[in-house]
Amino acid sequence: MTKRQNRMVFVALLVAGAVLAATLLFQALGSNTNYFYSPTEVTEGKAPIGKSFRLGGLVGNGSVKRKDMTVNFDVTDNKNKFNIQYTGILPDLFREGQGIITTGSLVNGTFVATEVLAKHDENYMPPEVADALKKAEKQK
Amino acid sequence: MWKWIQAFASPQNFYRISEKIIPWFWYPFIALTLVGLYWALIVSPADYQQGESVRIMYVHVPAAWMSLFIYVVMATAGGIGLIWQIKLANVVASVSAPIGAAFTFLALVTGAVWGKPMWGTWWVWDARLTSELILLFLYLAYISLNNAFDNPKTASKASSVLAIVGLVNIPIIYYSVEWWNSLHQGSSVSVTKVSMQIDMFYALLLISFAFKFLYGTLVLMRARDEILVREQNSRWVKEIVMEGDK
Repeated sequence: MTKRQNRMVFVALLVAGAVLAATLLFQALGSNTNYFYSPTEVTEGKAPIGKSFRLGGLVGNGSVKRKDMTVNFDVTDNKNKFNIQYTGILPDLFREGQGIITTGSLVNGTFVATEVLAKHDENYMPPEVADALKKAEKQK
Repeated sequence: MWKWIQAFASPQNFYRISEKIIPWFWYPFIALTLVGLYWALIVSPADYQQGESVRIMYVHVPAAWMSLFIYVVMATAGGIGLIWQIKLANVVASVSAPIGAAFTFLALVTGAVWGKPMWGTWWVWDARLTSELILLFLYLAYISLNNAFDNPKTASKASSVLAIVGLVNIPIIYYSVEWWNSLHQGSSVSVTKVSMQIDMFYALLLISFAFKFLYGTLVLMRARDEILVREQNSRWVKEIVMEGDK
């Protein structure tokens, strides 16, 4: 091999090594790299119940009930749902049907949240288009 | 072809030719920025959920794209410098790093400013945000490693190895929102689909091309400076300096 070919092999090994290391790392981390658990995953016992964890899903339609600074609402993935209790300021994007991620723990079947974050999706449109889409959805 | 590349890549020729190329990047940058800002701030509509805050995206997303793009350029140039030992490739890699770091920082800061009102938090340790922060650290590590050696040849060797190893982070950043549950939303723009209103998309595209031309301008300007420093003992640099003295 020439010196140049030697260096090519070196660079190729470098890339292969880095990819292998990253793959092994993420294999070992497994689901710990997931930012939140869905209600179904919690029902299946994948979440660390008893400790604080994050629960993500959609805010159930018609489930939001406010009393002073305390809000009660459902988080659902359309299969399973949990009732959330939270006291504090909600983000701008919080509304029924919105994706949210909440941190807290399960107390007697109710998820007592210490933080509620709104998740935004990848759809960007002006208000008129959103209204038109809603109308079309209703007419179906 | 090979001879032509080698001729262009010689520091002296690059110095001569790049002076003529710079306006071809600089003027499009100015034009695209002006049109892009008009499209982003006036033509494009507010979002149905985010309202006017959506306009942060026109800086945030192009800056994030640039942070990935510049890293790939830097690592590729580093690899070319390592294998074929072309001086110009090492220069391009080393002058790209601070520009890439700046774009990464811009993407992180604009993301935080958008995240506070929309998500309800400045920062979360989800896969997308964390891997982008690691990218900033990679840039900073590259810069400090490059500056740790007195001999530019040794410096380039060491820092190029780091850049190539760090390349593995790029697909992780890009696919982080698909591989793992994250707070950060998925991509609105990909080769197969665009899930945003068309004027929003044009604004995004205009600014991202403006950023590409800005990078081109900066890299050429900084590479010229760097070449003068690295070749300070060669005859042609001395001649240029003497001319300047007249």
